[in-house]
Amino acid sequence: MDLTPQQAMRAAVAVPGVPRDEDGPVFREPWEARAFAMALALHEAGVFTWKEWAETLGEQIKRAQAEGDPDTGETYYRHWLATLEALVAAKGVTTSDVLHRYRDAWDHAADRTPHGAPIELRAEDFGK
Amino acid sequence: MSDHDHDHHGHHHHHDHEHSELSETELRVRALESILTEKGYVDPAALDLLIDLYEKKIGPRNGVRVVAKAWSDPAYRERLMKDATAAIAELDYSGRQGEHMVVVENTPEQHNMVVCTLCSCYPHPVLGLPPVWYKSAPYRSRAVSDPRGVLRDFAVTLPDITKIRVWDSTAEIRYLVLPMRPEGTEGWSEQQLAELVTRDSMIGTGLPKQPSEAA
Repeated sequence: MDLTPQQAMRAAVAVPGVPRDEDGPVFREPWEARAFAMALALHEAGVFTWKEWAETLGEQIKRAQAEGDPDTGETYYRHWLATLEALVAAKGVTTSDVLHRYRDAWDHAADRTPHGAPIELRAEDFGK
Repeated sequence: MSDHDHDHHGHHHHHDHEHSELSETELRVRALESILTEKGYVDPAALDLLIDLYEKKIGPRNGVRVVAKAWSDPAYRERLMKDATAAIAELDYSGRQGEHMVVVENTPEQHNMVVCTLCSCYPHPVLGLPPVWYKSAPYRSRAVSDPRGVLRDFAVTLPDITKIRVWDSTAEIRYLVLPMRPEGTEGWSEQQLAELVTRDSMIGTGLPKQPSEAA
């Protein structure tokens, strides 16, 4: 289950556009690194190949550009996240309904958590 | 004389942050992670382990550019001190919405150090991911009660006349320390100066490298 820098480097090379330096991928914010690492974990679990990933991501970016995305690199990981959501649904790992339900539950969890305390998901966060 | 000025800033947490907030993007990332963890595709500990490897390189590069530019361009330095959010945006780092950046400048009289006593608020757009110690309880509490001791742990000794001021970050205000430009760097280019800027020097737990230590 371990994720290694070598795997990360291979991913950064296999997928076009991943911001990287000589050692591997570089990120601007923590969530970008998490989104990257989740794709890596799914890839290592055999859910998709990097070729499939790159194609889906490419389509995602093309669509966004058609809708006016400035394509400055700032938005790269937003497309990455959208690709994750699309592929896990397409591969039957989960559904977009479940994704929405969890998103709302996290929103609820954040709302009841005092600033500074770790935000944790509880059963009560899932509304009816 | 107080070694630091903490209470003045600490109250932001209580008045402005009764509860937590996650951005839309963070909500989606967490939703995915919960589902993938439940289904056994993702091990959060493995994610953390990998991400820790990148924390050092993730982003101080942006902050490094800000500091090097402030050292070499007095007009930029002035804009940075007046309105850090705008001056940083000039270099194309769009921060997350709602985050207000404040730059605090080290002088021979005052050394600045940044902490988030309640959690780990951190200026991500300029410094990337926070180091593990920044999030640790000992740093968060001791930065306030014993800043000079913390600096000693980081092998930083300041002259006695230098006052230490600790700035407590909040979800809305993020601080970046502008270290003093090392002596002996007259005529250096922005690129050369950038070599001297360390991540810790921008948090205030370190000093910039000396010209002799430059690569």
